[in-house]
Amino acid sequence: MASDTLTSGEYIKHHLTNLTFGQHPDGSWGFAHTGEEAAQMGFWAIHVDSMFWSVLLGFILFYIFRKAAKNAHAGVPGGLQNFCEWIVDFINDTVRGSFSGRNPLIAPLAFTIFGWIFLMNFMDLIAVDLLPWLAQLFGQHVLGVDPHHVYFKVVPTTDPNITFGLALGVFILMLYYSIKMKGVGGFFGELAFQPFPKWMFPINLILEGVALIAKPVSLALRLFGNMYAGETIFILIALMYSAGIVMAGFGGLLQLGWAIFHILIITLQAFIFMTLTVVYLDMAHQEHH
Amino acid sequence: MNFNATLIGQMIAFVVFVWFCMKYVWPPMMKALDERKKTIADGLAAAERGQREHELAEERARESLVEAKQQAQEIISRAEKRAAEIVEEAKADARTEGERMIAAARNELDQELNRVKEELRGQVVSIAVAGAEKVLEREVNEQTHNELLTKLAAQI
Repeated sequence: MASDTLTSGEYIKHHLTNLTFGQHPDGSWGFAHTGEEAAQMGFWAIHVDSMFWSVLLGFILFYIFRKAAKNAHAGVPGGLQNFCEWIVDFINDTVRGSFSGRNPLIAPLAFTIFGWIFLMNFMDLIAVDLLPWLAQLFGQHVLGVDPHHVYFKVVPTTDPNITFGLALGVFILMLYYSIKMKGVGGFFGELAFQPFPKWMFPINLILEGVALIAKPVSLALRLFGNMYAGETIFILIALMYSAGIVMAGFGGLLQLGWAIFHILIITLQAFIFMTLTVVYLDMAHQEHH
Repeated sequence: MNFNATLIGQMIAFVVFVWFCMKYVWPPMMKALDERKKTIADGLAAAERGQREHELAEERARESLVEAKQQAQEIISRAEKRAAEIVEEAKADARTEGERMIAAARNELDQELNRVKEELRGQVVSIAVAGAEKVLEREVNEQTHNELLTKLAAQI
């Protein structure tokens, strides 16, 4: 549904820009009209679309599960309870398989990560133009702004802020439990005194430090990269809709095929993020060999 | 793609959701799951117990059936024995009764025979007396010849 007034490049760029709220360089607060303006806003700006969908999906997830949890009973489970219990049981088994210690935080954490990331990824499967188009209509007719300046990215996990936000949360937990379980000295020793002998500790520190930092970075970038690439492919296929009826039909087929394949990716990415989180936290809990 | 406060917003949301999940979602779900697990385990144990009891009951039923059969057999044989006894008794009774009846009949017959003999004897005596009267053409005094006549009658 690339509109006639946009070139392909503009269309893609438009789709990949977040709706940013922040302080303009001239001091006034408001939405950025272009990607450049958003970049100029610096750190104290916020991606309204990412945050909105992220929080909304979190609310939906926990609304459903809270409802199931409130009515949970040991009798014959109904449809919703059955579904929720299936997921909870699945998460619980996975956590029990990878996490050797006992910590009541881990399973809920793993569940939150899995369910939330899955839902955020799932937004990718909603037709790529639908929600931005609705947002543009809303912006144009209700708010009276230029629709070309209404940016709306509906998949929060294609925003690195979101994935890094999650990964940093996990990272902080890793540091917290490392220090709690091994003490500051123990944690530092783990970083500095292996794998090489103690006198080589600068090298050890660099190696282990990179390994430590790589964990959250790889968590965040893996999810972001997968979802961003998937989203981009959806957008590229959507470009074919403006290239005649034959190409549009072909594009529709491609869109369908990619969406079906993407079902696998979104689930897999959510699962990988969860599993690695559990594994990293397990490592943080364990005294080193 | 800029890094900005969204990062912090997402972290806060993350913390809140994890806290909410840990506090309000996980415990009731786990409780329900554990309770169900326990219920199922109990149910399975009860089922096993029931099965065992069922087997025991079957065993007991089989035993009492055998016993009942034995008893029945015993009763039947006793009854047969009793029946045979009764038949034997009846036969014996019948035989004695028959013998008694035969004896009575014979007795009667004997009496009749004796009576007929007596009568015949009397008649023969009177015929003999009449014949003798005719032969002697004279009256035979019954009183005087009674001894003679009785002797005669006894000889017949």
